[in-house]
Amino acid sequence: MKKNPLMVLGFYLASALVLFFSLFPFYYAIVSSLKNGSALFSTSLWPAHPSLANYIAIFKEQSFGANLSNSLFVATGVVVFSLLLSMLAAYALGRVSFRGRGTLMMCILSVSMFPQVALLSGLFELIRTLGLYDSLWALMLADLIFTLPFTVWVLVTFMRDLPKEIEEAAVMDGVGIFTLIFRIFLPLLWPALVATGLLAFIAAWNEFLFALTFTLSNEERTVPVAIALISGGSSFELPWGLLMAASVIVTVPLIALVLIFQRHIVSGLTAGAVKG
Amino acid sequence: MDDSLIARARRRQAYWLVLPTVIVLAAIAGWPLLRTIWFSLTNAQLSDMSAREFVGLANYIGEAGVLRDGEWWHSVSNTLFFAIISVVLESLLGLGVALLLNTPSRIQALLRAAVLVPWAIPTVVSAKMWSWMLNDQFGVVNAALQSMHLISTPLAFTADPHLAFPTIIMVDVWKTTPFMALLILAALQLVPEDCYEAAKVDGVPRWRVFRYITLPLIMPGILVAMIFRTLDALRVFDLIYVMTSNSHVTKSMSVYVREQLIDFQQVGYGSASATLLFLIIALSTTIYMVGTRRRMENAA
Repeated sequence: MKKNPLMVLGFYLASALVLFFSLFPFYYAIVSSLKNGSALFSTSLWPAHPSLANYIAIFKEQSFGANLSNSLFVATGVVVFSLLLSMLAAYALGRVSFRGRGTLMMCILSVSMFPQVALLSGLFELIRTLGLYDSLWALMLADLIFTLPFTVWVLVTFMRDLPKEIEEAAVMDGVGIFTLIFRIFLPLLWPALVATGLLAFIAAWNEFLFALTFTLSNEERTVPVAIALISGGSSFELPWGLLMAASVIVTVPLIALVLIFQRHIVSGLTAGAVKG
Repeated sequence: MDDSLIARARRRQAYWLVLPTVIVLAAIAGWPLLRTIWFSLTNAQLSDMSAREFVGLANYIGEAGVLRDGEWWHSVSNTLFFAIISVVLESLLGLGVALLLNTPSRIQALLRAAVLVPWAIPTVVSAKMWSWMLNDQFGVVNAALQSMHLISTPLAFTADPHLAFPTIIMVDVWKTTPFMALLILAALQLVPEDCYEAAKVDGVPRWRVFRYITLPLIMPGILVAMIFRTLDALRVFDLIYVMTSNSHVTKSMSVYVREQLIDFQQVGYGSASATLLFLIIALSTTIYMVGTRRRMENAA
């Protein structure tokens, strides 16, 4: 069948539009972050005198280095705890049929739909009681609310698809349950673990409400909160160059990870949403 | 005999394996939710949450209760409006983008990668980026619109009461359309190839193929994605908080609740509005679960 030239033209026009809208804002953030002084207030699409002054300034004048390592610490911790707990739970929920399994799955799923603010006062009390207020552990604990249900659900989906024979052979050999889960299933679930781990990492890295509420001091802030709270006296004084530099630093690693693992991510997203 | 013994042992083991997850979720989600509901029946203050009295439903229906607060109802209508408009726009655009991504071409890989970029950018960052681009004095958007002679004076996108809401929706649509597109793309790729082959042989026009074959087949996928996004949109916080902070015009339910709880320190009153928000979302979730029960039963 011959292609209609009008259709081809339409396709490329639409694609150009999508490319422009997807990429331009981030491109402009990079351009702005390289501009300084009054150059920032010209809307040229190319920095005339590119400089890294903004990037140096956020590390020197703000506690951005500490904010970055906080975010890294919290997000990594959340991923480790979520994957560890959900590997155990997903084995039980995905491969053993026991009474109440369906109800349990529904309960876990419903937790992921809790609005975060509805937990805020109860969680605030819990965190204070545990003495975790203004500490990164509070955020790690709180973030599990949305990452754990998600990792359990996605891993159950993948766990269920593993062939039965492997398990039977393992049981024949008298292998213990933890060996079965971590030594036999875990290597097979590698792509699923990468996908769910990465999505949990992104969710924790981006989390804002808990981080804003449960930390107080500048040293305990994660990057989204630090970025949201960079401010000047008025909208005229907002240090846009610094803000854009911080934004670029926070986003580049995420975009890199997402592009490297894009196939896994798409399968993880669809396992979590469409199949669920 | 032996088999049932093993099966029974496995079932017992299964309970132990699920237990840690259940305990963690009960402790950090179940218990706090119950406490929030309990606080909503008291006059607790943030400074000293232990000094509180039971006030019954006063926080809900009392003289100064949430249900009598015009500001609350304003935030409810804001949130519903935001959820409906943005989810509809995202679904339509997402469908369009998904169709582009599904078309074999030389730029397919590039397109797919580019579409992931807005999705990978943290909400706070995209809110700040757009605030900068939409800045009334130095923003590139105003400059572009002016140079094309579409407007004569710069627009105050986030400050103008008429523009603030459409602006927020536009930024949300920018950020979450990729998510929608990816989910719809996944549904598109499940459509069996022979459906198209048959249509091609019969010479059915493209748009009719789309209307009568593709669309009905991907509709369940689109609906699930829409419901997920709706539940998300009803909780909207980051975007509105960062772009228009405490503006009355764009306040969502989550912004309202946090303001009462933290800024005004009214834990009792704030918890009451939090409980109402929870009920609204629980109701939506229930409708969703009843609607897709068969899908769930297959999965569980």
